[in-house]
Amino acid sequence: MISTRQAEEGASARPARNISHAWLALPLFLTAALVVFSVGIGAADFSFAGLLAGTQSDAWQLLVVSRLPRTLALLLAGMSLAVAGLIMQMLVRNRFVEPSTAGTIESATLGVLVLALLAPDTPVFGKMLVAAGFALAGTFLFLALLRRIPLRSPYLVPLVGLILGGVVQAVTTFFAYRHDMLQTLHAWTVGDFSGVLRGRYELLWIGGALALVAWFAADRFTVAGMGQQFTTNLGLNYKRLTLWGLMIVSAISAVVVVTAGSIPFLGLIVPNVVSILFGDNMRRSVPWVAVLGGLFVLACDIIGRLVVAPYEIPIGTVVGIIGGALFLFLLLRGRSRGA
Amino acid sequence: MALDLKAVSPKTRLALLGTAALAVVACFMLIGAGGNWNFVLPFRGAKLAAMVLVAYAIAVSSVLFQSITHNRILTPSIMGFDALYLLIQAVIVFSLGIDPLLDTGNPNLRFAFEVIMMTGFACLLFKALFNGAAHSLHLMLLAGIVFGLLFRSLSSFVMRLIDPNEFMVLQDRMFASFNAIQTGLLWVSAIAIGLASVVAWRLRHQYDVLSLGREIAVNLGIDYRRTVMLTLALIAVMVSVSTALVGPVTFFGLLVSNLAYVTAGSDKHKYLLPMAVLWGVVFLVGGQVLLERVLELNATVSVVIEFVGGILFLFLITRKKH
Amino acid sequence: MIEISNISKRYGETVVVDDVTLTLPAGGVTAIIGPNGAGKSTVLSMISRLLPMSAGRVLVDGIDVLKGDSKELARRLAILRQDNHLPMRLTVRDLVAFGRYPHSGGRPTVDDALHVERALGYLSLEPLADRFLDQLSGGQRQRAFVAMVLCQDTDYVLLDEPLNNLDMRHAVDMMKLLRRAAIELGKTVILVLHDINFASCYADRIVAMRDGKVAYHGTPLELIQPAVLHDLYQLDIRVREIDGQRICVYY
Repeated sequence: MISTRQAEEGASARPARNISHAWLALPLFLTAALVVFSVGIGAADFSFAGLLAGTQSDAWQLLVVSRLPRTLALLLAGMSLAVAGLIMQMLVRNRFVEPSTAGTIESATLGVLVLALLAPDTPVFGKMLVAAGFALAGTFLFLALLRRIPLRSPYLVPLVGLILGGVVQAVTTFFAYRHDMLQTLHAWTVGDFSGVLRGRYELLWIGGALALVAWFAADRFTVAGMGQQFTTNLGLNYKRLTLWGLMIVSAISAVVVVTAGSIPFLGLIVPNVVSILFGDNMRRSVPWVAVLGGLFVLACDIIGRLVVAPYEIPIGTVVGIIGGALFLFLLLRGRSRGA
Repeated sequence: MALDLKAVSPKTRLALLGTAALAVVACFMLIGAGGNWNFVLPFRGAKLAAMVLVAYAIAVSSVLFQSITHNRILTPSIMGFDALYLLIQAVIVFSLGIDPLLDTGNPNLRFAFEVIMMTGFACLLFKALFNGAAHSLHLMLLAGIVFGLLFRSLSSFVMRLIDPNEFMVLQDRMFASFNAIQTGLLWVSAIAIGLASVVAWRLRHQYDVLSLGREIAVNLGIDYRRTVMLTLALIAVMVSVSTALVGPVTFFGLLVSNLAYVTAGSDKHKYLLPMAVLWGVVFLVGGQVLLERVLELNATVSVVIEFVGGILFLFLITRKKH
Repeated sequence: MIEISNISKRYGETVVVDDVTLTLPAGGVTAIIGPNGAGKSTVLSMISRLLPMSAGRVLVDGIDVLKGDSKELARRLAILRQDNHLPMRLTVRDLVAFGRYPHSGGRPTVDDALHVERALGYLSLEPLADRFLDQLSGGQRQRAFVAMVLCQDTDYVLLDEPLNNLDMRHAVDMMKLLRRAAIELGKTVILVLHDINFASCYADRIVAMRDGKVAYHGTPLELIQPAVLHDLYQLDIRVREIDGQRICVYY
């Protein structure tokens, strides 16, 4: 079993540690607890006691239409985005790459805007496909730029991605301004789960399914992470593998953007934390990344709902703060080792 | 018989660009005025004054920042300094319980307070990132961008704390943008920039030596720490002014500073600084004229600057050197 | 005279320079030699206040390098390290002229112009004076930096491996020039050298460092001995006298 990620300048491979999957029970239990908690809080009146006793009239309705879908949506989004980040990191061979530092999310948003302007009545599934297509194109542009970089400092890669994302966002903002859609654009840009209801979040199950596919293909992605020569030597098609991997990442990004907007830094922080704790074996990491990703997103959303209750802070902002701080911590702590 | 561009002296280049800048300013004031001069001149004059101040502030702060950090890609905005200013604005409004929709209190006083806080925090931020010996430039760039994103998220958060319902309206009212230039702050901005410029002028010879790199500068007797910290304070003041007047513009400083390096014909600061300022005026005022009057694409100057600047940034990073 | 008292440099747990005490008298050429990681460059950086010390004190002509006025120090001591690349476009003359900054503070006088021309001449840089630095070879660029340091007209000149980018002829020329500067101009030249043969042939004094400490200190005659060199470099080095010069053979 392949157990190390290819070393890039400054980044070092970490050996896999054999922590049994039984420990997964801990975050899973935490998640279950938070799910119950998450379902219990919100603007409307709801109580479990009322639900069970049948005294609250709308309780069941609320649970099924709003609370449960929202909680499930959060878990699915967190899980799939975190795994998408992991895939990208394997394929690009850089620790800091993920859909929001590669221009993928911003390209998906551009796709949503273009569709909203040209064909606003497209069904949600169509929106997702178009957004995924744009996301894939944006990611290819990112990779093309990377090929032109003479010296691959590990920090340069996410930097290029962030700036490319900024440029794409400028284009999107420009067109949104021209067609007076700035408010709507803002709604898509900052991740917000407050509008998630039954019937509006089902796309995220696709994201979840794709994350599962990624788990099954984990070994192949790890091989691809070793580079083209290594991959070809083992009889796998490097280009096709990369394409499939990026398609999964684009689809996941599109699904999350279309449903709730962008959640920055998630696909970067969770895989890196898992890597610090458990090493770089992808097949081992995926379940942890998925569970912790879901947990993190759920926790952030709960925080966002509690701080200014009954109002909400959108999850994009909360993760922007917590995720940004964690990202900086990861960046600057490595510095003392002379990276 | 071909024109040898290299032979054109820096002074001539300044004169040429200066003329272009004047032409652009004239266009801005005069095109499409419609004759009601009593109204138009003061109205446009105020906007023009703001834009010139902003161009000056961003150009000078970017060039000086690049001199003290010995590189030509990092600028204060890319490092998240202007996002820091927005955060300070939001926190002050929140903690003092000011109702920004009522616009109470003296905006000049508040601005002065914001500048002081900004200077302090900017120095802290700089220290946190540039501790001691040389670090990877790319790490600093990346950290700067992430700091910028973090500060923006924090600002957004604080604004929702101030008013969870109306926060988008709040954003428009509290923060300046190119569509909402805060002309009320013109006088205090001019004074702040004037003072900062006096200090910078007295340090002018040191900047040329500083650009040689830390070790050579120390060798030649520069009090490195003192000069860098003092310049940082100046930069903080100038970033505060430009963000208070027109809001954050990430890549503008990068654009004008690199244009100056390429076109000034000399690396001495006495040529670089005016050149950068003039490019700033040409782009900002000229861009406004072009977009508003000629192409009738109202109020998208900042977006276009982000786009052009971002492409320039990508080009600079992916180039051969370093 | 440079008085170094108990200086140390620590990075976390690692001690790079370990309690070094040394007195370097004025005049002559002093070479600092030793294996990699001995702390030679670090000591030079601490003497010239480029690097703060973890402990200890350095006095140059009685001035404490960390507490004294940096500009005053810049008129007495100059340092040139390796890795000099500039993001600016400068001509050779522009660069050398910067050497006058500690004296005239950016307002050049006629006297300064004379110093610049003299420095350019000393390093045979007149034909290259108006060329841009990035158009020169590594060796030519190195000479331009040394010219700047000489133009600074200081009593003490500290150089960190100045021969690194130079071909044989220019390396010999550089060492001859540094000896001339010590003899004719009365400068004290202190340089870190990799090549012990250059130290043997051109230095008046040699300081040998190992593991952050000064292992030996004396004349070339005393130090260029097989026993000493073996202790220093863990290598069998034979010393042969050829035409009055003591040459080390270890190939």
